[in-house]
Amino acid sequence: MLLPLVRRLASMLTTLFGVLVVVFVILRLLPGNAVTASLGVNAGLLSRAQLQAIDKFYGVGESIPQQFFSWLWSMLHGNLGVSLSSREPVSTLVGSALPVTLELAVMSMILGILIGVGFGMIGALHPDRWQDDVGQGLAVFGLSVPSFVIGTVLITYLASIFHYFPSSLGFVGLFTNPWLNLQQVFFPALTLSFGIGAAIMRTTRAAVLEIKNLNFSRTARGKGMSQIAYVWRHLFLNALVAITTMSGIQFGYLLGGAVIVEDIFVLPGIGRLLITSITDRDFPVVQSVTLIFAAGFIVVNTLIDISYTIIDPRTRSR
Amino acid sequence: MTEILLSLRGLVVGLRHGHDVSPIVRGVNLDVAPGERVGVVGESGSGKTLTMLSVLRLLPSPPLEILDGEILFAGENLASASERRLREVRGAEIAMVYQDPMTSLNPLLHVGYQVAEALKAHGASTIQARETTRDALRQVGLSDPERVERSYPHELSGGMIQRVMIAMALAASPRLLIADEPTTALDVTIQQQILDLVLDIQTTTSMAVLWVTHDLGVVARLVDRVVVMYAGRVVEDAPTRELFRHPSHPYTAALLASLPGTQHSHRSLLHQIGGNPPDPTRLDGGCPFRPRCPFAIDQCAHEEPPLLPRGESRAACWREPDSWLP
Ligand SMILES: Nc1ncnc2c1ncn2[C@@H]1O[C@H](COP(=O)(O)OP(=O)(O)OP(=O)(O)O)[C@@H](O)[C@H]1O
Ligand code: SF4
Ligand SMILES: [Mg+2]
Repeated sequence: MLLPLVRRLASMLTTLFGVLVVVFVILRLLPGNAVTASLGVNAGLLSRAQLQAIDKFYGVGESIPQQFFSWLWSMLHGNLGVSLSSREPVSTLVGSALPVTLELAVMSMILGILIGVGFGMIGALHPDRWQDDVGQGLAVFGLSVPSFVIGTVLITYLASIFHYFPSSLGFVGLFTNPWLNLQQVFFPALTLSFGIGAAIMRTTRAAVLEIKNLNFSRTARGKGMSQIAYVWRHLFLNALVAITTMSGIQFGYLLGGAVIVEDIFVLPGIGRLLITSITDRDFPVVQSVTLIFAAGFIVVNTLIDISYTIIDPRTRSR
Repeated sequence: MTEILLSLRGLVVGLRHGHDVSPIVRGVNLDVAPGERVGVVGESGSGKTLTMLSVLRLLPSPPLEILDGEILFAGENLASASERRLREVRGAEIAMVYQDPMTSLNPLLHVGYQVAEALKAHGASTIQARETTRDALRQVGLSDPERVERSYPHELSGGMIQRVMIAMALAASPRLLIADEPTTALDVTIQQQILDLVLDIQTTTSMAVLWVTHDLGVVARLVDRVVVMYAGRVVEDAPTRELFRHPSHPYTAALLASLPGTQHSHRSLLHQIGGNPPDPTRLDGGCPFRPRCPFAIDQCAHEEPPLLPRGESRAACWREPDSWLP
């Protein structure tokens, strides 16, 4: 039980390291360096000595492997570099943006899973009845309407009916004013949860319909147990592996969706940070945010892998 | 008339596609008295399993459903019972051991938990259920019940799972045990042990048994009466001793002739029975056994014979056994 866990964590760290290398190399492949890119034409006005001094300050004068390891070293110490546009440490920018995105991600996943599992179970238990049709209809809607459309419609609706206009200045943290904060995050999360819920709904429904026809489900029904016990202990439990897998995939999409939704709802999260830093050519920030997205994805997938062994005893012995 | 526990009356089970129906079980009549042991034999595909599953209303539906007939259990028609009432009956009054035990347990739950679940569903406390579970597992000859309880299905062998399934059915002390080929994965000694156990339970309770099997040896040892099924119908219903001595249907005679080491005189006559059972959805209205029957007469092609009294037995054959038995 413990050894596979260690092995998984090791493989997670290896993947993370790989991502570091890839991100590093890609950004190094761009012509020029971060300094000339940020100074633009002004770079020509500086003397060689000045340029070298700046290069040294940003650490771009060293050899490539040296740069990589000093970058890695400082990152391990929580130093993500300095933003080229705001001159603030990247860790400060990320530190204020990350909680917002995390909250958004967690809330959309929770909403998506509740919607998806709820409608999926109801649909599978009443196949081709109206309950199922409602769920299927919602799924088609959630899968076919992109989140920027849902988000825009929602925000227009909120603005015209409740006179609510999102603004990054008015954003409050979860711990400053939880109630107001949840209101601010709820609609962006709802926007994202449609797509997530639709995919999870389809997976849940298909898995449960299949499991219902398996022999052990018949055994369970043959015991005369209550409907609730049958549905959750036998049907749902066995559908859980499929549902978890789909949730992991959806989490991957969610990271992309967060960028769009944060922009629409003006949430000061990582997604918005990414967009502004790309427009500003703020490479240290782009680099860090990319890494954080990748790390989030890898961590979630490792957690999902571990959850399989918890759910399914057949995967444990291996 | 003696008291009847289970009575199938004209049971029809089949596929329904829109308004079209194709029956597979085509009007089965079958009575089981309290404490009686009835064997059900017949070739693969003759509808034994579908008949048994209908009793508990556990048919895979869709596509299969009960199209007609009554399932009277202690006088109550289960064919029209509510799901709520069925839950009370299932596992408590009627328990079933399913064919294909390897896939009949939930792969994600401990075996002991699943056996206990059947008891708890009908009001046993957790402690009671655990004790009964352990006793039941020991009774079916599992030497280390504690270990079996803590195992997951994939950690047990086919024979062990089969015994777990039998233990699960017996643990609830049902009034009727339906066992669908319950001993196929067991070796002969354990099979004997299971049969002894069932016989033993019967001496103290009035549990009735419906035992589906391919093994006429088991039939001879365990059951009082045998029902032979062919192409979705009962073709012979006879006391066990009578069936072995004087089969009343050519198909029964063929089954007996195929037993190794039998010295039945009609063996030579019937050894040529080959071929396959008919597709139950494509019958021509005559006797379904006719294509394989060496004794067929003209009438057999036009009319399907009903169950007719033949001495102590009943058989669905137009011809008296005397006319074809040597
Ligand atoms: N789910 C199903 N869908 C369609 N047809 C089915 C289904 N289950 C069984 N049948 C058909 O019903 C017929 C009878 O099946 P059944 O399982 O009752 O036979 P059986 O007598 O139990 O055979 P065996 O000895 O192999 O267990 C078979 O011909 C089979 O093809
Ligand atoms: S009815 Fe005719 S065909 Fe059918 S078993 Fe009897 S003799 Fe054979
Ligand atoms: Mg069968």
